Amino acid sequence: MADLIVLHVTRYRPEDESRPTTQEYEIPLRKDWSVLDGLNHVKDHLDGTLSYRWSCRMGICGSCGMTIDGEPKLACATFLADCAPGPVRIEPLNNFPVVRDLVVEIHDFMDKLSAVKPWIIRDDEKSPAEGEYLQTPAELEQYKQFSMCINCMLCYSACPVYGLDSDFLGPAAIALAQRYNLDSRDQGGHERLNVLSTEEGVWDCTFVGECTRACPKHVDPAGAIQRYKVTAATESMKAVLMPWGKR
Amino acid sequence: MSGDAGLDYGGFYARWYKPRLSRFWWLRRRSYLLFVIRELTSVFVAWSVVYLFLMIRAVSQGDREYQQFLEFSRTPWMLALNVVTLCLVVFHTITWFSVAPQAMVVQLRGRRVPGRLILLAHYAAWVVLTALVAFVVLV
Repeated sequence: MADLIVLHVTRYRPEDESRPTTQEYEIPLRKDWSVLDGLNHVKDHLDGTLSYRWSCRMGICGSCGMTIDGEPKLACATFLADCAPGPVRIEPLNNFPVVRDLVVEIHDFMDKLSAVKPWIIRDDEKSPAEGEYLQTPAELEQYKQFSMCINCMLCYSACPVYGLDSDFLGPAAIALAQRYNLDSRDQGGHERLNVLSTEEGVWDCTFVGECTRACPKHVDPAGAIQRYKVTAATESMKAVLMPWGKR
Repeated sequence: MSGDAGLDYGGFYARWYKPRLSRFWWLRRRSYLLFVIRELTSVFVAWSVVYLFLMIRAVSQGDREYQQFLEFSRTPWMLALNVVTLCLVVFHTITWFSVAPQAMVVQLRGRRVPGRLILLAHYAAWVVLTALVAFVVLV
């Protein structure tokens, strides 16, 4: 195995250039190095001006999402050895504005995330003295998969619907809404319905399925969206058939 | 949704690079291409429904109209259209069946029914319905 590998890294320095360019770096190819380790090597030894986000190095924080050889990936979970012999193409996440180099602007996602109220909503809050809200393992199983989301936005980068129409609420936000909708302790489903059951909500999704393939935590956002479409359709039918009913 | 509340980037907004999705984005990956083909098949699904209605109308109006309909169906361009339609409707069916397990969560005795069984049930229903229709039409 050759002991060097070339990275083709997208650079964007807004103070100097109006379009991104590509810069080449040659780094050691080590068996246990991820793409993130390679970028850290560049930053520490070759070019301190390179900008990218990272934190935990172990697929939990969701910071180091980027496009690696054309695929949305976590840089910490993609090994250089798997990209050999290279060159490895490293670009920022698709479908987001680029702030600098590999750093993208994420406020659109942050706004959407808070719009679906991803927390437990109760109509009747128990006092702490009354104890916890208990849950069986079967009830936990209902939403556990969706709770694995780390907000890395790889699904937004993979989604052509979001690329074409950035008003789309998007895969992770809907999957996280489902994480709480399916939680036996939550009573906020009707509050989320107004955000989810709109054209920019679940109905914009045309089930391309790329979000699920891109997800590094096997959350299956595409499945979550299709399941919510059934819920949304049922709720709107109920609203038509029983307008006096409680929503 | 705007994300401007409380943000101050000191005028750096104008400097964000906003790449535009190419008009040919659907050629970028095989899965995108298959998806776009699947969406386009809906036009042919609609045609197959129209064709079915035309046939039912012809049958209901008597033997002469039905013979005319058969003549009309025998023309080369109609045959070509219907062969293409058949291929695309089958493609539509298979691709939708293959994503059905993702959209359907069926619980049986507290356990989630595996996706493969749901897929199998779809194909079984397809075979049964086809046999039923064939029985009604042929017997």
